[in-house]
Amino acid sequence: MFRLHLIPYGTKFDIVGKSKYMLTFAAIVIVVCLSFVTFKGLNYGIDFKGGYIFEVKMPYEPNVQELREQLGSIGLGEVAIQQFGAKEDLLIKLEKSEEGQAIAIQKIKDSLGSGVTYKRVETVGSKVGSELVSNAIKAVAFALVAMLLYIAVRFEFQFGICAIAALLHDCAIIFGMFSIFPLEFSETSITAALLTASYSINDTVVIFDRIRENLRRFRKMELKDLINLSLNETLSRTTLTAATTLLAVLSLYIFGGKVIASFALPIMVGILVGTFSSIFVASPLLMFLNIKRENFDKNKNKIANIV
Amino acid sequence: MLVVSKFRVFSTFVICLLGLTFALPSLVNQKTYNKLPGFLQHTVNLGLELRGGSHIQLEVDIKSVEKEHQESIVDEARKQLRKQNIRYNKIMVQQKDNSSIIFISLKNSEDASEAQKILSKIEKELEITVNGTEINAVISESFLENFSKRIVGESIEVIRRRIDESGTKEPTILRQGIDRIIVQLPGVEDPAEIKKLLGKTALLTFHGVDEEMESIPVREGAKVNLPSKPGVMYLPEERTKGLTVYVPIKKQISLTGKSLVDAQMNVDPQTGMPCVSIKFDSIEGTRKIAELSSKYLHKQFAMVLDGKVLSAPVFQAVLNNGSAQITGTFTMEEATDLALLLRAGSLPAPLNVVEERSVGPSLGADSIADGKNATIFAFVLVSLFMILSYGKFGAFSVVSLFCNIMLLFACLTLLGATLTLPGIAGIALTIGMAVDSNVLIYERIREEIRLGIKSSLAIAQGYKMAMMTIIDSNLTTLVGSIVLYEFGSGPIRGFAVTLALGTVISLFTTFSLTKSIIALWLRKRQNKEIII
Repeated sequence: MFRLHLIPYGTKFDIVGKSKYMLTFAAIVIVVCLSFVTFKGLNYGIDFKGGYIFEVKMPYEPNVQELREQLGSIGLGEVAIQQFGAKEDLLIKLEKSEEGQAIAIQKIKDSLGSGVTYKRVETVGSKVGSELVSNAIKAVAFALVAMLLYIAVRFEFQFGICAIAALLHDCAIIFGMFSIFPLEFSETSITAALLTASYSINDTVVIFDRIRENLRRFRKMELKDLINLSLNETLSRTTLTAATTLLAVLSLYIFGGKVIASFALPIMVGILVGTFSSIFVASPLLMFLNIKRENFDKNKNKIANIV
Repeated sequence: MLVVSKFRVFSTFVICLLGLTFALPSLVNQKTYNKLPGFLQHTVNLGLELRGGSHIQLEVDIKSVEKEHQESIVDEARKQLRKQNIRYNKIMVQQKDNSSIIFISLKNSEDASEAQKILSKIEKELEITVNGTEINAVISESFLENFSKRIVGESIEVIRRRIDESGTKEPTILRQGIDRIIVQLPGVEDPAEIKKLLGKTALLTFHGVDEEMESIPVREGAKVNLPSKPGVMYLPEERTKGLTVYVPIKKQISLTGKSLVDAQMNVDPQTGMPCVSIKFDSIEGTRKIAELSSKYLHKQFAMVLDGKVLSAPVFQAVLNNGSAQITGTFTMEEATDLALLLRAGSLPAPLNVVEERSVGPSLGADSIADGKNATIFAFVLVSLFMILSYGKFGAFSVVSLFCNIMLLFACLTLLGATLTLPGIAGIALTIGMAVDSNVLIYERIREEIRLGIKSSLAIAQGYKMAMMTIIDSNLTTLVGSIVLYEFGSGPIRGFAVTLALGTVISLFTTFSLTKSIIALWLRKRQNKEIII
């Protein structure tokens, strides 16, 4: 009977052996991403910066260039106009202005003229934005600490450190991507980063679980070989799950419409990055953190007796 | 052998059936929905970006009210200090960093304790520090906290009343954080009108009622010609449902609600009937109500709010102590409502709009359609992939994947959670991630079979071995999402709910549903070889 095998059975990749290169590579990528985020910054959407978004259907085919100048001249800061779908459909974004919101909206509506259908109008004050950022950072930080504690209790403290290191790697790349390609960083981008994080931690824990199991089973095996064995044993599952999740996100990207697509793209990257980090960052990193193997001795350890 | 008890199989199928039943109303079209029995007519709450409408976030300017309160304390203190012949250089509300304090500089330091007494008598919730001739006073933290709570609560009441009056259906008005209020108005595309309404600081006013003109009762729907007289206007008072009485009111404002400090439902000790006690502030209000009541003794006067007469009682006595009772033929409820209206008549603090989003219904409908398509497509792709990878076993997990989605919908419906656009994306993603547990188990079974174990035993072993891994990885996610929910806000919370639900449900479908199906299938197959 036909069966799809992404990874053939019984692979013996020496992943830990290449870990020096991979970890160096990952470190360089992290440094590059973080310096982009620090020096170039993120392309904050109006969710964070404050400003106005209009999604409109014009009654005629507009000249975007003219319209941009026209809206620019009313003095509400920088104007960005985007066409999507039909030529009459426009997405107009304006930066925060000092004027009152009602006045600003009225000015824009006057300038666009009559006959325009307003599909979506958003205004955000800049204060709300900065609160959103600080709340999100706080929530994510606490979530990371909680997961670190959980892994530390269930495995060993070193495992927790490695998992969180992999997570930070993922987050750095996601944020770096937003900065390098300048994708708009909005409220949903935080959700995308969170999804990536939860996928990645899930992936890492599965591999760690196998490493723990093998630590108990093969007490004499070299740590390097043991980690390699565990990675190879789980490789089929790792790729399969990444594939199904990617398929789901891909259909979001293709069919989900404009808003969801902008959300699906970073998640796609996130799943790839999260899978990479589970295999090439989290697990090889264990080599350098001095795991106490006697803790996994069945006769000494309480946790081992649960199995 | 993989053994699943009969009870477990039975309860699993019952739960899945319940899930299907409660998910159904959200998935069928309007026509079928109307035919469903009443207990099933609950659908998933759609977020505003999906159903169309407006979302407004307001900030209550508590600082300005706090300052006003401090100013009134200073005014009163100034008077009392003069009365007691305590001489001072300065008495004022001072801005310091981000807060304001009451500052008094006395001529003689001997007066300090007396001045302190005066201050704490005016407002007992003051923290007063004396330093020689200088006195600093701030309103205590705990009082401020209660103070802002009360003000935000009152603001919400006023907002609700005004929005209800505007005829907007199903508004959601929520407190957010310390000083924020979120107003959600489904179906309102242009919130400009509502914002105008919320911007007004409606003021309660007291007017005399003209004695030469008569009140005119009007039934609902009937036309009415109101007589006119200079200086007099007819304003409507809704007495009972369907009956409005137009009361002739003198245009001149005798007293404003600003002087009203409290209004409470009460019981008239003489008649035992519900009434409303009102209390005016100690300085201006008391004096004015005394004047007003002696002028209109045994005559009618009216309380007017937003162009409507709230109540038009008769003064029975001269009111000297700043408090009064409004009696009439109130029911308990009416009296409570009136008290609330009087209390909440004018906005206690200015409101600033800090965020506003509105979505037209067509865009919302498009988003729902897109989300549906994406979800269906994700389901089909993942199903194909699973069947290609694991054959029959892949098909089993497709069944449980389907139940997974249905249960997720059912849980969202029953919990009253709101489905947002990222929420739909979350569901589609759950589809991708939910099969993970099955993949883990199947891979494990394959490993066991390769070790040469008999297939039926390998299945049981695979389940046993994968269990630990699945629990660890899912619990990590669960711990993370609970913390996110606890500390996050808005969209992060919504995401955390979907994620946590998805995790728990996928645990259930893996260990109950897929396992039951496989066990039942195995029993039929007896001991034949199994290819996975």
